[in-house]
Formats: sequence, structure tokens, C-alpha cells
Amino acid sequence: MARTSALTSLFGRSPFKPMQKHIGVAASCAAEVPALFEALSTGDHAKVVAVKDRIYELEQEADDIKNELRAHLPKSLLLPVDRRDLLEVLDMQDSIADTAQDIAGLLFERPMEIPENLKDPLLALSRRCVDACDQAVKIIGELDELVETGFRGRESDRVSEMVAELNKIETDTDEMGTELVRRLFAQEDQMKPVSVMFWYQLIQWIGDLADYAEKVGNRLRLLLAR
Amino acid sequence: MELIAQYGTVFIVIAVIFGLYMTWGIGANDVANVMGTSVGSGAITVTTAIIIAGIFEFAGAAIAGGHVTATIRKGIIDPTPIVNNPEILVFGMLAALLAAAVWLMIASMRGWPVSTTHSIVGAVVGFAMAGIGIDAVKWGKIGQIMASWVVSPLLGGTIAFLLMISIRRLILNTDNPFQSAKRWGPVYVFLVGFIMSLVTLFKGLKHLNLELSGPMSFLVATIIGLAIAAIGWAMINRVQIDETANKDYHFASVEKVFVPMMIFTACGMAFAHGSNDVANGVGPLAAVYGLVQSGGEVAQKSEMPIWILMLGGFGIVVGLATFGYRVMRTIGTKITELTPTRGFCATMAAAATVVLASRTGMPVSTTHIAVGAVMGVGLARGIGALDLRVIGGIVVSWVVTLPIGGILAALFFFTLKGIFT
Repeated sequence: MARTSALTSLFGRSPFKPMQKHIGVAASCAAEVPALFEALSTGDHAKVVAVKDRIYELEQEADDIKNELRAHLPKSLLLPVDRRDLLEVLDMQDSIADTAQDIAGLLFERPMEIPENLKDPLLALSRRCVDACDQAVKIIGELDELVETGFRGRESDRVSEMVAELNKIETDTDEMGTELVRRLFAQEDQMKPVSVMFWYQLIQWIGDLADYAEKVGNRLRLLLAR
Repeated sequence: MELIAQYGTVFIVIAVIFGLYMTWGIGANDVANVMGTSVGSGAITVTTAIIIAGIFEFAGAAIAGGHVTATIRKGIIDPTPIVNNPEILVFGMLAALLAAAVWLMIASMRGWPVSTTHSIVGAVVGFAMAGIGIDAVKWGKIGQIMASWVVSPLLGGTIAFLLMISIRRLILNTDNPFQSAKRWGPVYVFLVGFIMSLVTLFKGLKHLNLELSGPMSFLVATIIGLAIAAIGWAMINRVQIDETANKDYHFASVEKVFVPMMIFTACGMAFAHGSNDVANGVGPLAAVYGLVQSGGEVAQKSEMPIWILMLGGFGIVVGLATFGYRVMRTIGTKITELTPTRGFCATMAAAATVVLASRTGMPVSTTHIAVGAVMGVGLARGIGALDLRVIGGIVVSWVVTLPIGGILAALFFFTLKGIFT
């Protein structure tokens, strides 16, 4: 007879599953970035295009999840965490996907050639950044457990440790990025100035993947400290 | 007087029909809410829920339903102005029953969070004001009842909150949550059995000719609690740790320990609901029966016959079997946020609150208490998202139900009066 009842209408849509889905998709955007540089270093333009298309598709998917999630997060919901903090975590997650898209877009629009001595460090940097994103996925995956334990106690300590690990990975990427930039500037006279500018930009963007992943972790830690 | 002598049997038959209609409606809608937290947490299937509800609603009504019935029957109105026209009270109770049942049906078809209890209280008050006079309503008692409507969800919420905190302390936030769950599980099951039976037994079984002293009640409740805990312990012991599920969700195995435990809270909840809501539904029926039996003695002292409570239990089961299972299925699919640990807290808190209230004769709203209990778990940061708009809905349903139940009852009252006189 009844379609809804007081009890069913009491339960809103939990934002945590979509949050986890979203970071999963955002991280898979980032996970494509190393493939982009592999394809570029072998000069396989078709592959670059294919990878770029995949990234764009995934970014779109992440956007859809984000918008859907935001639309179902009215202020009348009682959440176990601060709504604004949660939305900030979401924004950071989304920035990972956006950044991957920026990288793919630039490599697609402007045919670039990787200077030989940058090839390996670039790949290494992008892979380490993917590690950072994967760590963020794991952290967000702990949200279920956090809700179960009320964002306190051992589980919250565990998550704090995971965030500390993420911070370490991000520090790695910082150092790798600085080293790369150093190498780039060392040979700037042999390169076209515009290329130098763009490579500098790209190195920053790759590093941003890890930066945003780290911010996801740090913002999440704010949820614990309430 | 002559009217009652003349139409006595007819009145009883009508009262039985209305009473069945009312309890059928409760079974069709309300029970689904009551079992919702258990079904939604995935602890029990819809079929199990129906079997449990069938047995324990019945038991709750028959064993512990007397106090609330008495309140509805003679606690709300003062019939002294109509001692010479007892048929007025008969019409009034019939009208109140029909009004509450009709309003409940309309409301639940619309999905409004209306309470059975509020409808019946509103209807009885409405009849009394229209049929006897404003002074016939025991406003002090009404004030108490309305206060209990505010207090009881808060109490349910507080208990649920504390239970959730205790489960976190003792089980979730330990080195080995699974082992802790197995250790403490039977204690929680004991609490369910102990509290439910203690509240019920505590000088509360007069109508079954079984009266226990305070210490005796304690003793018996402890024995019952231990017996139930032993069954729970046996069931919990069979639960194995699930490594693969644990990888995905660390507390998956802990939740599995709470699944058999939830069966007990579900039983407790059905029992509590039977003692409160079924008793509500059959209160007016009991009043009519008493009036006819005593030949129009308004100030009846007779005890509540057990068959009336059993009839209420029967109506509930029929309602469940015809409609309730469908409602329950929908609710079960919508409340997936409630894991067994959280479902356990909410259900146990609600059951304890309801049975406590019905023991004191306060007709409370089981649904609203369940909402309060879930809210308590939510305030312990235990639920993904709770939509607070439902509180507004509940407040509106309050404001609307009392006058509408009253107006409908007044309407039916004059109709019935017109037909028979």
C-alpha cells in the first residue's frame, strides 16, 4: 500500500559509495598518463590519440558522478561528516581527473618530442604520481569503515597512517619533479624556448596529480579531526 | 440502556469488524516499518520477518497489551456525564475506531508518516469533544500522552546512541573486532531478553492471573535473558570469519556476528509493537465489549478479555500476509545503509523504549520511536546520510492527524447515532 514510509524517507542517499566510485574513476584517468608518455617516447601518435580519448571519456564519467553526487547532497541531510569538507574532498578528487585531461589535451594538441634524457625520469615521475592517486583511492575506500567506527579510534589512526604514507609518496614526486626541471633547464639552450615552457608546464601538471591526491588525503584527515 | 440491550450483539459485531479493519491496516503498513530496520540491514529475510512478526505481534498484544488498551479504553475520557446514555460511548468508540482506521489507510496510501497511536488518540478525543463535551476529555492525561510522544523518540535515540558507542568501545575499536564481537554478542542478546521480559513481567501480567513480585520479576527476567543468550551464543558460535569479505570491508565478519543477534531484536520489536499498537487498535473494541457485557455500566471495572487482544494479533497477521509483505520488501530495499551492527542498535533501542512506554500505559508511536532510534545512530556518526526533512513530515503529521482523526470520529459518531436512534 505505502510507497514510502517515515523510515524509508529518513534514509538519504549515502554520499560515500559515489565518493569511492568517483575517486576510482579519477585515479584511472591518472593511471593512463604514463601510457601517454610511453606512446609519445616511441613516437606512436595513434596511441597518444587513443589514450587521450580514454582519458577524456573517463574524465567525463568522473564529472557525471560528481554532479550527480552534488545534486543529491542537500543541506537537509544529516551526514557523519561536515558537508563542506566532504565537497572539498570531492573537488580535490575531481582535480585529479581534470589534470590528467589537461596533460592529455596538451600532448594531443601540440605534437611534442620528449628530449632523450627526460624520457625515463618523466615516466618514473608519472608512475609515482599514479601511486599517489592509488593510495588516495585506498584512503577513500576506508570511508565505510570510518562510518562504522564513527570516524574515531583505531580505524581513524589507520587512515591517518595511510595519509602519512601518501604524503611520503607526494614528497617523492616533488623531488623527482625538481630533478626533472633541473635537467630541463640545463638543456634549455638546445631546445625551442616554447617547448621548454610547455615541458615545464607538463612537469608541473604531472606533479599536480600527486598534489591533488595528497590534498584528498589531507582533506579527509580534517574529517577525522572533528 | 434499551439500545444496548436491543442491539448489544450488533454493536459487538460491528466493533469486531472495525477492530479487525484497524489491526489489518496496522499489519499492512505499520509492521513493515517496525521490521524495516531488521530487513533493511539484511539480517533477516522478508519471509523470516513475517513469521517473526506473526508470532511476536500476537504475543506482545496478548501478554503485554493490557495497559495501553486500558488507557485508550478509559484513560482518555471521563464518561461520567453520560452514565445514563451509555450508548453514546458505544457509538463514540465505534466511530473512533473507524475514523482512526480510515485516516491511517489514507495516510499510508499517500506515504505520510502518520502514527497509529496519534490517530486513535485523536479520534477518541474528537468523539469525546463532539459527543460528550470538552470537559469530558481528561486533558491532563492527554498532556502526558503528548509529552510521551516527544520524549519517547528522544529516549529511543539516546539509547541507540549509547548502544552504538558501547559497540564501538567494546567491539569495533579493539585489536580483534571479530573475537570481541563473539565475546560480547551474547551479552547484548542477554540484554535484549532481560529488558524485554523484565519490563513486561514487572507487575504487568494481571490479566493472565500471573502476578510476580519485584524480585521475582527480576529473577524470572534474568533466567529468560540467560536462556535467550544461550541460544544466541550457540548461533553466534557458528559464525566463521570471512577473509575475502574482510579484505573489501574490514568489519564484514563482525557484521556477520550481528546477523543472528538481530533476529532477537526483531522479535523484541515485534513484541513491543504488538503490546503498544495492537493494544491501541483494540482498545475501543474492548470498551464496546465491556459496555455491552455490563449492560451499559459506563464506569466498568471489568478486566480486559484476552480474546480481544488475540483478535488484534490475528488482524495484524492477516494484514501482513495480504499487504504487509510487499511494503516490507520495498522498505527492505531502501534501507540498505543500515548494517547489522547499526540495525541492532536502532532496533534494540526502539524495542526497549516502546515496551517501556507501553508498560506505563503510554500509547506511543512505534514508527516515530524507530525514526528517533535511527537518528540516534546517525548522531553517533554511524549512517551515511539521514534526511532530516522527515522530522518536518512527522511534525506536520502530528499537527494534522489529531484534528483530522477527531473530525472524522465526530462525523462517524453522529452518523452512527443517527442510524441507531
